[in-house]
Amino acid sequence: MSTSMLVWIILSPLLGSIVLGGLYFYHIKKQEVNERTFALIGCVTPLISFIITLCLFLKMSDEKIIFKQHLFTWLNIDKLNIDMALLGDNLAIFMSMFVTFVGWLIHIYAIGYMTGDKGFGKFFAYFNLFLASMLILVLADNPIILFIGWEGVGVCSYLLIKFYYGNKENVIAANKAFIANRVGDFGFLLGVVTLFFALGEVDLSFGTIETNVSNASSGLLALAGFLLFVGAMGKSAQVPLYVWLPDAMAGPTPISALIHAATMVTAGVYMVARFHFLYSGTEEIGLFIAYIGAFSALLAAVIATRQTDIKKILAYSTMSQLGYMFIAVGLGFYSAGLFHVFTHAFFKAMLFMGAGGIIIALHHEQNIFKIAQHRAQLPIIKFTFLIGVIAISGIPFFSGFFSKDAILAAAFQEGEYLIWAIAMGTAFLTAFYMFRMYFIVFVAPTKHKVQYVYTSMTITIPLILLAIGAVFAGYLNLAPIFGGEAQVDQWLAQLNSKTIHMSHAVEWILIILSVAVAAAGIFVAYKKYAKFDVEKPEEEVGLIGNKFYVDEIYHAVFVETSKKLSVWIDKVLDDKIIDAFIMNSSRGFVNLGKKVSMMQNANVRFYAIFMLVGMTCVFIYLISTLGL
Amino acid sequence: MISLTSYAFVSMMLFSIGVIGVIARRNIFVIYMSIEMMLNGVNLFLVTFARYHFNMDPQIVSIMVIAIAAAEAAVFLSVIILLYRSRKSLDTDIFTILSQGEKS
Repeated sequence: MSTSMLVWIILSPLLGSIVLGGLYFYHIKKQEVNERTFALIGCVTPLISFIITLCLFLKMSDEKIIFKQHLFTWLNIDKLNIDMALLGDNLAIFMSMFVTFVGWLIHIYAIGYMTGDKGFGKFFAYFNLFLASMLILVLADNPIILFIGWEGVGVCSYLLIKFYYGNKENVIAANKAFIANRVGDFGFLLGVVTLFFALGEVDLSFGTIETNVSNASSGLLALAGFLLFVGAMGKSAQVPLYVWLPDAMAGPTPISALIHAATMVTAGVYMVARFHFLYSGTEEIGLFIAYIGAFSALLAAVIATRQTDIKKILAYSTMSQLGYMFIAVGLGFYSAGLFHVFTHAFFKAMLFMGAGGIIIALHHEQNIFKIAQHRAQLPIIKFTFLIGVIAISGIPFFSGFFSKDAILAAAFQEGEYLIWAIAMGTAFLTAFYMFRMYFIVFVAPTKHKVQYVYTSMTITIPLILLAIGAVFAGYLNLAPIFGGEAQVDQWLAQLNSKTIHMSHAVEWILIILSVAVAAAGIFVAYKKYAKFDVEKPEEEVGLIGNKFYVDEIYHAVFVETSKKLSVWIDKVLDDKIIDAFIMNSSRGFVNLGKKVSMMQNANVRFYAIFMLVGMTCVFIYLISTLGL
Repeated sequence: MISLTSYAFVSMMLFSIGVIGVIARRNIFVIYMSIEMMLNGVNLFLVTFARYHFNMDPQIVSIMVIAIAAAEAAVFLSVIILLYRSRKSLDTDIFTILSQGEKS
């Protein structure tokens, strides 16, 4: 297994998507292709990627090396040199390992979910393309290549959200996601350009940036860091660019799982970790990131408590968890943030898949109260869903507990007590709204006779695998206080993350506090919703139910104003000023020409006058200059 | 003895009448006659000054002008005849065929 295998991690799903796309065209134009064929190709390619990644990982941990692969020089203009190169360091391999693994499971799940769908082949083509883009993002050796993947996942999420493009709402949601991401991408690109000039126009691979970063002016670096983070805000759905995420639930559920769990939204966190050398140097930007993360976490958690759509609750919880990750990376605890990305990938993918299973079983019903009214007996989904809910709530011995607790401790240790308090409040709300969902969907009494509904094996097996991950993933990075060795932190030592070094007493108090907070959230949810009368569902009303009217405000401020501006430009600036100027000047020339052409009327006597006048002028001139 | 000024005045009068004739009249014959009048005005001027300065050169020039005017007359008259044949008229305002635009 040599370095040259690195590119095949990307190429495998990329070629898969091309083959699937071609096959899909063949399928709709010529002859029907069996769903099994699509499913087989679609699921084998991520598996190949995963196996290669795993092999590289094993080799890496044995020999302590970093993989680098230079494919070709893409651009070479003066000092700007962009190589198409891949970098498989510890961070990239760590990330791509669970991206490919969770991605593979979601692919398998999608077979069951999408069976019988008209666009089965198309779906898998997009899915593979999405995975390929994500892997480009992860394995890129310089920010420009990273940006290719960054844009690629944006395009694929757009394609996947509007998968059912017959429905207008889906198309609007897809456009919203794409446009909100564009705003962020613009920031990202500006950030890369700023970085390029700040570093004195060196070649842009991550290695070179890291060595040169100490020479650059701190002001420009802070600006670059901020602009790059704007990109992360868009991609990772943080305040203020988060509005696309809940609407992105319009797509089929496997997409929600793939976008929200392992891949696209975590790209922002990954990017910040990738630029750790930049953010470690600019503390104030890091703090800004942490505050944005904390605020996003709280806002999303508050909104989630009143949502009634099962997928939207999960979407807001994703945003909230991403907020936690940004708190960690913002404060310099990169490995803690990435570890939360890792555990989150398992339990969130599982929750989405569970939700998808419920939605399928109840014929595309997403309102939690209606789901409760027509409850079906889904033992495996119920069980795995419970594990996911427990994991995200931060109950001890489940994966979410370890990663979340590390972040809370980090905020406390850094002395950012406001962030810590917000994170604690969010932890309470998280436990509350997740268990609210669980109790309503599975526990609250219903008059409906509950019947067993068969769930396809392709849905249940990935769920069980992920459930195992959701329970045990936390033990991979067991903190010293629990007697572990923090393997993930060690593996990601290149990031120079800060580590937790408090007295164990304080740490234990914090742990007990956070567990108590989570337990309180569960208790409140139990009191309120375990015996909830599902015949009288809650409505999305009030300030929180309407998501603080942020969508409406954005609509009024950005959409309406830009609409008015474009109407003004069209009707006033263009028609009345620019067009008028051009048209009038051209008309003026035409009229002037007509006037002048009247002199050329072929009338002999007229010409005689001109001649006379002309000669008179010449004579007057000669007399006046020469004298008599 | 008639003064030099009187001669000059008469020749200028002849020239000016010629100019006004060219501009104001429409008949081609009259225009032609006006042109001849202008030429003769100039001739008179030349001859006057030749006599005044006792220099023969201007006289030669004036005879030259008369000779050319005679030749010109032949051309002019034939052109007038052709024009009359084409339009059955001698009004100059009709002959605007050289103009491409609308007739003013």
